[in-house]
Amino acid sequence: MSGIIASRQRTAGRRQSDVAAEAPWVRAVLIGTAAAFLGVAVLLPLSVVFGSAFSKGIGPFWAALSQPETVSAIWLTLLTAGIAVPLNAVFGVAAAWLVSRYDFWGKSALVTLIDLPFSVSPVISGLIFVLLFGAQGFWGQWLSDHDIKIIFAVPGIVIATTFVTFPLVAREVLAVMQAQGSDEEEAALTMGASGLQILTRITLPKVRWGVIYGVILCNARAMGEFGAVSVVSGHIRGQTNTLPLHVEILYNEYNFVGAFAVAALLASLALATLLVKKTVELNAALKARRLARRAELDRRSLPPASLRRRASLSTRPVAPSTSPRGPVSVTAESSFEKA
Amino acid sequence: MTVEATNLVKTFGAGADVAAVGGVSFTAPEGKVTALLGPSGSGKSTLLRMIAGLEEPDSGSIRIADKDVTRVPVKEREVGFVFQSYALFRHMTVRDNIAFGMEIRKAPKKTIDARVAELLALIQLEGYENRFPAQLSGGQRQRIALARALATEPKVLLLDEPFGALDAQVRVELREWLVEFHEKTRVTTLLVTHDQEEALELSQHVVLLNAGQVAQAGAPHELYDHPASPFVASFLGGANVLHSRAQDGRQLSTFVRPHDVRLAKPQVNDSNLELGTVDRLARIGGNVKLTVTLPNGEPMSVQVTKLELDKLGITLGDRVAVDVTSSKVFVDDYAI
Repeated sequence: MSGIIASRQRTAGRRQSDVAAEAPWVRAVLIGTAAAFLGVAVLLPLSVVFGSAFSKGIGPFWAALSQPETVSAIWLTLLTAGIAVPLNAVFGVAAAWLVSRYDFWGKSALVTLIDLPFSVSPVISGLIFVLLFGAQGFWGQWLSDHDIKIIFAVPGIVIATTFVTFPLVAREVLAVMQAQGSDEEEAALTMGASGLQILTRITLPKVRWGVIYGVILCNARAMGEFGAVSVVSGHIRGQTNTLPLHVEILYNEYNFVGAFAVAALLASLALATLLVKKTVELNAALKARRLARRAELDRRSLPPASLRRRASLSTRPVAPSTSPRGPVSVTAESSFEKA
Repeated sequence: MTVEATNLVKTFGAGADVAAVGGVSFTAPEGKVTALLGPSGSGKSTLLRMIAGLEEPDSGSIRIADKDVTRVPVKEREVGFVFQSYALFRHMTVRDNIAFGMEIRKAPKKTIDARVAELLALIQLEGYENRFPAQLSGGQRQRIALARALATEPKVLLLDEPFGALDAQVRVELREWLVEFHEKTRVTTLLVTHDQEEALELSQHVVLLNAGQVAQAGAPHELYDHPASPFVASFLGGANVLHSRAQDGRQLSTFVRPHDVRLAKPQVNDSNLELGTVDRLARIGGNVKLTVTLPNGEPMSVQVTKLELDKLGITLGDRVAVDVTSSKVFVDDYAI
């Protein structure tokens, strides 16, 4: 089905290029500008990062990465993402569920609040937590009395990262939930399903692509977050240094190979994230196409539904030729509806 | 199972002065199709959702099979609900959609498979078990939604504008199919529709709603032949309204249906005869719709068969005599 659509779009595109497209030189300029910008702003920096990382060969690159302090930064980054992402996945789905399913006083204020971490500078986000949990902060006395360390320690880094990356899952899932409505949930309700059954069997499968995209983006941001983490971390090497912070420290020490080696590792994590996202999308598209092909085969092996229906209702004489659209076109057309 | 609604009231939003449903009572007889008919905004869908338990009434009570279910949660009401959008589970196959309610009730797999096969046969979609909703046509989705609603053998079947999203031809086909379907299953059915034809064809009992109130309830032909109010008369059958004044000064509205008018060509050419003029002639299949302008300037729509018109030899612009065979006169409540 999607194959048919794709070929249609291709034909449509060609026809358009004959009649209504821009002149060739306009196209050349537009494409050239985009390519040049992409080259300068994305490809060039990326190649500098990887080039500098390997400038002294693979040995120093590897040596920089296997330094105990770097290894510790890698683990801290993975740990932070490992806590922040699942938390935000759960909070995000819960918030999206709440906002899309229920009407309550202050709902629009809540939706605005969800966006807050995006709209304030990450440095300010970090400062908020210093003011709350720091030694001179709001809960500082109580925390130090109970010997709990948050600022300049791992909990602070996790909290700041969770805060900054919170909107990613919630926004993504909320958009999907609002687009899909709640008819299916109501249908499940009339069939006797409980709230938990509706969540696990209807809602989550329905919004799973939204959750997956949100989680992927959230993960990328969580591993790369600098500003907020920088404020709360205290930059204690081997203890509270994440990968982005470690890059800065190494760079400030004129350890360029080390700095770029770690930067290359971070960039690779980002590229890997994009690759995963692309693979997920591709899989979804492939699955849809496979389903469509199977349906097409089914359709050929079965007589069209409307024909069979007519045949079984022999009391009612319906001559197929009198209908403006034949029964075959009924089923064929339906396959485009949701394409 | 009989469904009884008593004095149901539902108001949306705090402080709203107009109730969506303002004190509605009706009875849907067992084993019959009852149509909740009305224009949009008449509260018919809200009424259906209250019976299903998807909305809670502000006051009033609902009884299903002689049991008060007003405060019973949806999942325990044992109703089958078909949504206008069908609301099929998009990530599940046809089989899993139909099986859902039974799986929730933890029925054994064998029973489920047998019931799915039985229902697919009933809706004439055998062999479609492994399709996904996106791979079905609108009419097929509609029937799957029906099968899914019936899978757990509900006490009542509730249909919310079941044909609203279909094109005209499929709608007519499915309508006839639903009549046969109901004859086979005999489930007490409540059907919400704004389409009077649909209500007249499908149901044995009609509850006509207007602005959150019951305008009239009864057998379809009863409402059609004996409308209780001008609203009923004009909503069912699309009537002409002729205005006049009684001797005591009160306004009279006379309702005449387009097919209750007979036309004739005047035999003598007498200019004293008050005649109408045929101003419009539209052929619709075997019928012809005419607009005749009466001597007082009021237009009257008339429907005759093509055969009849040919026999009379009436064409556009002709002067014709108008005879009303049946009409209904209402005296307006307010005197002038």
